[in-house]
Amino acid sequence: MASLFGSRDRIDDLLTAPAPFVKRPEQNKGLLHPQRFMNMFGLIVFIAAMVLPFISATPYIISILTSALIYVMLAMGLNVVVGYAGLLDLGYVAFFAVGAYTSGILSTRLGWSVFETIPVVLLACVAAGIIIGGPTLRLRTDYLAIVTLGFGEIVRLTANNLAITGGPSGIHGIRTFSFFGWSFADGATLFGIDFNSKVLFYYFVLIVAGGLAVIGAARLGKGKLGRAWKSVRDDEDAAEAMGINTYRVKLSAYIIGAIWGGLAGVLMGSHLTAVSPTSFEFLYSALVLMAVVLGGMGSTPGVIIGALFISLAPELLRDFADWRYLIFGVLMVITMIFRPKGVWPANAMLPWLHRRSPMRSAAERDESDEAVVVTVPEPPEERRP
Amino acid sequence: MAKLVIDNVDLFYHRVQALRGLTLEVNEGEIVALLGNNGAGKTSTLSMLSGLYRPKSGTVTWGDRDLTTMQPWDIVEAKLLHVPEGRRIFSTMTVHENLQLGGYLVDDQKLVDERIERAYELMPRLRERRNQEGGTLSGGEQQMAAIGRALVGGPKLLLLDEPSMGLAPLIVKQVMEIIKEVQAQGTTVLLVEQNARAALRIADRGYVIESGTVTMEGAASDLRTNSKVIDAYLGA
Ligand SMILES: Nc1ncnc2c1ncn2[C@@H]1O[C@H](COP(=O)(O)OP(=O)(O)OP(=O)(O)O)[C@@H](O)[C@H]1O
Ligand SMILES: [Mg+2]
Repeated sequence: MASLFGSRDRIDDLLTAPAPFVKRPEQNKGLLHPQRFMNMFGLIVFIAAMVLPFISATPYIISILTSALIYVMLAMGLNVVVGYAGLLDLGYVAFFAVGAYTSGILSTRLGWSVFETIPVVLLACVAAGIIIGGPTLRLRTDYLAIVTLGFGEIVRLTANNLAITGGPSGIHGIRTFSFFGWSFADGATLFGIDFNSKVLFYYFVLIVAGGLAVIGAARLGKGKLGRAWKSVRDDEDAAEAMGINTYRVKLSAYIIGAIWGGLAGVLMGSHLTAVSPTSFEFLYSALVLMAVVLGGMGSTPGVIIGALFISLAPELLRDFADWRYLIFGVLMVITMIFRPKGVWPANAMLPWLHRRSPMRSAAERDESDEAVVVTVPEPPEERRP
Repeated sequence: MAKLVIDNVDLFYHRVQALRGLTLEVNEGEIVALLGNNGAGKTSTLSMLSGLYRPKSGTVTWGDRDLTTMQPWDIVEAKLLHVPEGRRIFSTMTVHENLQLGGYLVDDQKLVDERIERAYELMPRLRERRNQEGGTLSGGEQQMAAIGRALVGGPKLLLLDEPSMGLAPLIVKQVMEIIKEVQAQGTTVLLVEQNARAALRIADRGYVIESGTVTMEGAASDLRTNSKVIDAYLGA
């Protein structure tokens, strides 16, 4: 294949390539290879989540774990928008609402199974994403923040005032998922173990949120589209200079975020069997945003930690009664002071996955820098006037 | 022959006129140096070529393409690539991701990987730092990453905006050698520089612009010995 630089020999002939400043060791091999290690680690966390109901399956525990997983899904969706593409969205919960209401209305008024509502939810979320993102994504991100804030409130107020959404009291009696006549409510017995409907639903959410939402978003982030998102976040003009249609790329991040949020809404509606406008207040947009920022923007492990924190901390701090939001707030401030890039920043590596070159003394460093100078044939004659 | 012709171009930023009747040419296979003081309009010229700004009058053609009507990404797709002033490396992406991004419009993934490999061969320091975030590279390394990123796009015409800015003399020399090598492998280069000495050493021809107008032009060897150029840009 004719290539850009011609043959390799010519390069070696013509040019002494710049010498490295510091020799860097190779990456770890085998199980300590960073990517492989993290994949294994993820699998172990997933299996641990599978085993949890066998340790304790009180309705309370299962219920908060299910909610926590739904928050993980929401946070992974918002991470695409805020973490990868760098678009500040202060009304993300609007997509959560669109998903929950669309599915809730179709299933309670028209008697559809929740599963059947998903295609309509997808369409509704894509439409909502285009309606709100289409005109605003041409603006710089501060304007987007304000518009999304407004959008979040508009969706909530609309739901509060329409008859079809049940007004302030919302929609009740949303059923759990059913597939071809069989529903989670029927329970199931596998290998002689009885699973009740709540536990089955927990597993379903684990697979959808943990498996599909996390892996899907993380893979998107690593791929070509993900690189385009991150480049737009880092430097929009330079991204354009790379040939990226920045508007389209931003809109795609927005739509993917909308889909993740909407599907999380379907799960939440089914989990709580009811939706009402109070579940979609600005507080929740802020909380999910915190999960992303606190955990580490653009970092999959970080965002999962953040989402688990914001959903579980209020429960774990229940004993502190009125103090718990204060403690919650202080914990967050402390995190931001000590870990400004988040608990687990993007591109961060666990310390034992690094291979560091042995520490060198200043004297050694000077020596090797001189060595670089010596290897250059002609002395530099550049001297600016 | 894809020759770049800028003919009698006026460019405005609202009221401010940056280019006044600018006329210059770059033949295929050349390195052309574009010299000038701060605010002379060098960066404006390159931004216009990559479609970021439209001239108010005049024509800009590259081969049979009219660059004034093309979108930035279409210009990149046509293999006219721009290494912007100040490198503009994506600071939170790794070096490798930065290079991969240079191949954003190249559909053949194998070709992208091959070109990344070539860029690493040309600039081994980048290979060592492939997993380091771009923002934490030194200035010279960032410049190499920026050039490497453009090379992965397979440029036919490469626009370089002050690649020597802020670099130690030794590193300037290395960067200039890399540019010379890029030309040797068949890429045309339009090189904007304040460091006239470094630029004229590798260039075939040069232009000096002042207030958006060409005031001198000629073979690099002539400009190097021209007394006006020496006084103004080479410091006697
Ligand atoms: N976006 C902009 N808006 C308004 N004026 C601009 C803009 N960009 C450049 N200018 C003006 O246009 C003129 C030419 O600027 P340009 O950046 O092309 O100069 P330059 O030759 O690249 O200078 P330098 O060597 O300092 O980079 C300057 O007077 C500058 O102030
Ligand atoms: Mg400039």
